[in-house]
Amino acid sequence: MNAAIVTFPGSNCDYDCFKAITDVLGCEARFVWHRETAIGEANLVILPGGFSYGDYLRAGAIARFSPIMPAVQRFAADGGLLLGICNGFQILCEAHLLPGALIRNRPLRFLGQRVRLRVENADTPFTSAYSPGQILDLHIAHGEGSYVADTATLDALEADQRVVFRYVNAQGEATDDDDGNPNGSMRNIAGIINEAGNVLGLMPHPERAVEVLLGSTDGLGLFTSLRDHIEAAQLDDAVAAGAS
Amino acid sequence: MNAYTVEVRITPRPGLLDPQGKAIQHALRSLEFDEVDEVRVGRLLRLELLADSVEGAQRATEEMCRKLLANPVTEDFEITVGGRRG
Repeated sequence: MNAAIVTFPGSNCDYDCFKAITDVLGCEARFVWHRETAIGEANLVILPGGFSYGDYLRAGAIARFSPIMPAVQRFAADGGLLLGICNGFQILCEAHLLPGALIRNRPLRFLGQRVRLRVENADTPFTSAYSPGQILDLHIAHGEGSYVADTATLDALEADQRVVFRYVNAQGEATDDDDGNPNGSMRNIAGIINEAGNVLGLMPHPERAVEVLLGSTDGLGLFTSLRDHIEAAQLDDAVAAGAS
Repeated sequence: MNAYTVEVRITPRPGLLDPQGKAIQHALRSLEFDEVDEVRVGRLLRLELLADSVEGAQRATEEMCRKLLANPVTEDFEITVGGRRG
């Protein structure tokens, strides 16, 4: 796995992603400054969390027009794996790489807390290391994380199993109170995937839950899923090249 | 080219929960302004721009709204082109 982590002015989870991939997984990662116009060699692109451009106008609205973004769009259009975490998810929505939008949390506060997530779809390159219905212990840290979309979009997301993560309460139920749905997201949506299955956005922070020291290792599965998917694809390519 | 002052009023789309508006409404209620049924919070942008006509200023601002200033999923926008200046 060779990840390119895009750093915007105001990104603050870029090093967490870097550490998760390099120190914990022993894979390759590097930073790509937002003013660059090419991603270079990479089989995973990450838009990390933070407050790009101070969240001015709307979270992610200005970062979406950064010079690097056309290259990110092309990378995704060519089927490259693209992961947006927190502010990265907001940028993906603003860039129309994922449907919907993220608005002010229902309790009107910045929420920095542990949440329980249920894995709704473990059949994606991002979640294959999890089992369906598995409950994850992760952190959220955002002011604008309440997912909204029109009913047709929400129905389509659900029909296609594109709701990948949902907020749930201690009993594992997706209730619509502050315990089960801390930011008030429509249908408890915490993470979604695009139609092609190569672009995933989520508000919680898997990169902050990759070592026992951090209090949870439940985020590690997302990175090992990606690593395994990428290595399997490389093996397929090698076999195909050997056969020809 | 003439200079125009353009105001863009951006508001949360109808039906979308506006937690800021709700909180302000509750505050007003607690001040006994019981007549307030609903509060919606948006934002106002004032642009100074050059255009060949009022229509030109309107068109340019609409494009700015669609591309950047408003998010069509969550927001509506309304444009008022003020008279030319200078």
